[in-house]
Amino acid sequence: MNKPKINIQDLNLYYGKQHILKNINTIIPERQITVIMGPSGCGKTTLMKSLNRLTDLTPDCSVSGKIMIDGQNILNTTEDITKIRKKMGLLAQRPYPLPMSIYNNVAYGLRISGRKKRRFLDKRVEHYLRQVNLWNEVKDRLKEPAGTLSIGQQQRLCLARGLAVDPEIILADEPTSALDPISSQTIEEKFKELKNQFTIVMVTHILRQAKRIADYVIFMYLGEIIEQGPAKDFFENPQEEITKDYLKGLFY
Amino acid sequence: MRLRNFNIGRHLRDRLHYSWMLLVLAITMIVPVALLSGLIYKSSFLLSEQSFFQILFSNQWKPLSGKFGFYPFIISSLWVSVVSLLIAVPICLLTAIHLTQYAKRWVLNLMHPVIDLLAGIPSVIFGMWGILVIVPVISNYIGPLFGKNISGYSILAGAIVLSIMIIPFILNILIELFRHIPTELKETSLSLGATQWQTVKFVLVKKIFPGIVSAFGLGMSRAFGETIAVLMVVGNVVHVPKGIFQPGYPLPALIANNYGEMLSIPLYDSALMLAALILFVIVLFFNFLSRLIIVKSNIHN
Repeated sequence: MNKPKINIQDLNLYYGKQHILKNINTIIPERQITVIMGPSGCGKTTLMKSLNRLTDLTPDCSVSGKIMIDGQNILNTTEDITKIRKKMGLLAQRPYPLPMSIYNNVAYGLRISGRKKRRFLDKRVEHYLRQVNLWNEVKDRLKEPAGTLSIGQQQRLCLARGLAVDPEIILADEPTSALDPISSQTIEEKFKELKNQFTIVMVTHILRQAKRIADYVIFMYLGEIIEQGPAKDFFENPQEEITKDYLKGLFY
Repeated sequence: MRLRNFNIGRHLRDRLHYSWMLLVLAITMIVPVALLSGLIYKSSFLLSEQSFFQILFSNQWKPLSGKFGFYPFIISSLWVSVVSLLIAVPICLLTAIHLTQYAKRWVLNLMHPVIDLLAGIPSVIFGMWGILVIVPVISNYIGPLFGKNISGYSILAGAIVLSIMIIPFILNILIELFRHIPTELKETSLSLGATQWQTVKFVLVKKIFPGIVSAFGLGMSRAFGETIAVLMVVGNVVHVPKGIFQPGYPLPALIANNYGEMLSIPLYDSALMLAALILFVIVLFFNFLSRLIIVKSNIHN
């Protein structure tokens, strides 16, 4: 196992009085794909969003514990929250292109952090669009609104947009759930390539997808981590009864 | 046998209900058409004697000698509506952004009934408030600030009163627009390192921009048609206003002040009907334009 990138200690999260995450303790290794699995409503997405503090957006959300990223506790920091968020690219369940052109979607993150030189932006935009295999499809229509792309193309655009701010971590929340099989495959293959450079955290409840790409698995149930470990051990030799039942497909 | 009869009755009733609903629907659709054709018919008497463009662009309002120039009234209406919109736009936009993006949820929950309350106040009360508060404030404080000795009954007074009246209307639309933006879009922008203000400015406002424009279009058409509160504070002097401290005489005020009186003057009622027709068409135009923008942007997104 690689050295830990994220280290979560005694994380508890409440929405109002609802206890969503219960005593989460886990380590997410650097430059590997960590898959968070579990049935719907078990807190997977909330755990992922707490990593870049998007949970702040929810009113009456309270958090305790520590989330250490590169040794820095992001829950209790004087550092600018936008810097922490920029470390992490986010890929949502469905693509949410920003209401602007294809080009500007990719350039957005660079522009808001003050990189405005046209030549520099041109280069970066091309680079990241190539990285997600989208450049050849869109190079003649960069000025068109991003909403005109197909869903699969949009999701790749969103990935390029996230990569463009030069993150260290990619957070992906069921990134293929709205996509057709071919686009899904493209995204999965991209992830396998990207893990050489990035730490990837992916939420999914597609078991076979987890088996295909996970290096490390965190299995959650009703707000708790039931079992975690390297993918091989997890799938071939699960320890807990709930995990075994889940892997057999006894509940969703 | 009984079952069959029952069935016939059931279907008969079904048809009956269908028919009377259609009838009621037809009535609601006929009313505006009837109104419009009535106005056209009534104003045709004046139009057959004088050219439309002359009436529109002449500032001679001398009904006794048959001169009906609408120019002062149209310009007054534009002044009042545009200035009120200029006041309302920043207030509405910033309030909506604050309530939906920055404020705690209970603030929004508190503000909703307040906004509805503001929208429900009869316009004559706004007019009285204008006479008792706004007009003296303009006369005693704002006017002297610009070196003017004025009564306070002015375009500015009308615009301030009007802006307070259209604010709840526009604000409600804007709040709905902002609330319907998917959270994920906001999360996307934040996760790319944007601050909250950058997110609002570059993503959220842009996302609903057509909606914002049409909300203000609808506000404009309300402002244009609003009558009683404006006529109470705007001064009602027939001239072409040249600034916000001068009095004005908007179209709706012209109709409300004069209809029913002096109708013995030839063509006077026809002239007022023409004023009503112009008002009708302008308001319709703004409404139509706003809807068009919404429809277009829906297709686009």
